[in-house]
Amino acid sequence: MESGVRELSYAEALREALIEEMRRDDRVIVFGEDVAVYSVYKVTKDLIDEFGPERIRDTPISEAAIVGTAIGAALMGLRPVAEIMYMDFITLAMDMIMTHAAKMRFYSGGQIKLPLVIRTEYALGRVSAAQHSQVLISCFLQSPGIKIVAPSTPYDAKGLLKSAIRDDDPVLFVEAAMLYRTRGPVPEREYLIPIGKCDIKREGEDVTLVAISRTVPEALKAAEELSKEGISVEVIDPMTIQPMDYDTIVRSLEKTGRLVIADDSVKTGGISAEIAAYISEYAFGLLKAPIIRINSPPLPVPFSPSLERQYMVDYKKIIAAVKKLLGKC
Amino acid sequence: MVAPSRNIYSVALFHWKSLIIYLHFAPTLNVEIDFFEGKLIGLCHPYFGMEAVAVGIISALRPDDPIISTHRNHGHAIVRGVPFKDLMAELFGKVTGTCKGLGGSMHAALSIMHNIPVVTAIVGSGIPIACGIGLALQYRKEKRIAVVFFGDGAVNTGAFNEGLNLAAVWRLPILFVCENNYYALSTPFYRVCAGESIASRGAAYGIKSFLVSDANDVISVYSAARKAVEHIRSGNGPAFIECRTYRMKGHGIYDTGWYRPKEEVEEWRRKDPIERFMNKLKIRGILDDETIRRMEESIEKELEQAIEEAEKAPVLDFNELWDLLYVEGEARYGEWR
Repeated sequence: MESGVRELSYAEALREALIEEMRRDDRVIVFGEDVAVYSVYKVTKDLIDEFGPERIRDTPISEAAIVGTAIGAALMGLRPVAEIMYMDFITLAMDMIMTHAAKMRFYSGGQIKLPLVIRTEYALGRVSAAQHSQVLISCFLQSPGIKIVAPSTPYDAKGLLKSAIRDDDPVLFVEAAMLYRTRGPVPEREYLIPIGKCDIKREGEDVTLVAISRTVPEALKAAEELSKEGISVEVIDPMTIQPMDYDTIVRSLEKTGRLVIADDSVKTGGISAEIAAYISEYAFGLLKAPIIRINSPPLPVPFSPSLERQYMVDYKKIIAAVKKLLGKC
Repeated sequence: MVAPSRNIYSVALFHWKSLIIYLHFAPTLNVEIDFFEGKLIGLCHPYFGMEAVAVGIISALRPDDPIISTHRNHGHAIVRGVPFKDLMAELFGKVTGTCKGLGGSMHAALSIMHNIPVVTAIVGSGIPIACGIGLALQYRKEKRIAVVFFGDGAVNTGAFNEGLNLAAVWRLPILFVCENNYYALSTPFYRVCAGESIASRGAAYGIKSFLVSDANDVISVYSAARKAVEHIRSGNGPAFIECRTYRMKGHGIYDTGWYRPKEEVEEWRRKDPIERFMNKLKIRGILDDETIRRMEESIEKELEQAIEEAEKAPVLDFNELWDLLYVEGEARYGEWR
């Protein structure tokens, strides 16, 4: 590793982001279920030792109150980072996020700003069964006004969480539990990653492969395998789901003319569906082939580990889809 | 603006002007007629008959105590001093309104300048948001308190229960005010609220609670409010006041309230808060008929001017809506770029 860069896990990178932002700005406070004393994925582990019980608080099991409290505190000028332990639990706070956080600035005529962050994670892949594995990101596309960020690497996670905390708009920050232990290079010096811009994780010429969160490493593995067969895949990680940077995707399609989208949403109305519809409507002329989406099937997640593995998006499914698209099956 | 004296009658008189405005709000500008003639459209939930609650509670507050209100917010706005022309323009959906015409009646009271930062029309939703406001005040060790209004319909929501519990365990500086006007739209509260009273729900969470059974009497409301506010400002955690009052009209401007027994409506009409308070002030020589007449005249003029200005004011340009979505960032999408 070059000097000034060390290897951190995704969870450690997030924790570092929280520490740096809390040291920098005492308006940043953290609360949620089991974040102060305990920490399910160790992201908030021991923060209370440095920052004290006023700034790191355990809440009751009250998702609506957790998000409502984030809204009220942000309104008063604090910069709360609230945690929803599993994305499945976010449904208990849908009113607060969609009907309030996303809309207050608008219906107040711009009088209000809500610099809040809601951190959550989806545990698909951790054998947690149907009620603890949902990927509900695309539900929030129906709620304009809330920004949505979903990093896939430790580097991205740290830079984006810092940006999310500094952003004056409400941000839903979606982590993937299967990524918490993945490791990657993270510089020691401070850096931010802007919200609202795609990251081209691998350049290529033949196919544009858009992947989100947990499916990004699968996409990169697929691209590596395909390159051995002479197929050059450009892997784009949007990182920000709302507002989506479509310009980068369109520029890539100007090169490749072929689009494959992989994400852990269920196929019906997932993030891939939105991207596919957008490109089909606004960039149809660039396409040489239909758009292919690789998603979870529209079924609840089965518990049995081998069934769950069959359920999930993986690099093999991506390879098969790309080959089919290129007529090389 | 601070009330000139601590004597309840002087304090209440300070807000009396607000009450008189309210008395005239509908009849003078014929709000209902305006609605049915199409001048004003959309949802509107008037505060008629409940004036003593707004005056009694808000008189006991500091002007910078943040208020969290509901769709039934006009009374709160007026007592807090939100200018009549700004409210009227908002009802007309014009750019000169409190929310640039983007909120309408249900959000009209929302004015950061007047410390009404939250006006929400989802029943019960103000309560968890008030927890956040209380948390910020506590975190900054401020002396201000958050005051959240809600109706009898809110007390059965999950949000209400989550918020009360959290405020109690974190000892947040919040005053919970239930404006129990006996009906959630057409549903009488005693048919859907289990337990002995709404105030007892506050007590169930260990919150100091008051029940004002005649909240059409400004003084009763004010006395309870003073005690509750003192409790909270002394660092003893939240307080809860159930105010029993009554809507003189239906739930909203299109509803006549036909589902309520006529005798019940009459019984409460006899307890009209404005008339009762006016008499109290006259008896004590604080007000006389001449002063009342002059106040009413100047207020009527103010009202007519507000309507005139609202009618003439422009509507926000549609393209500017995109700029209001985010503080920073591109909201425009697809064909709207």
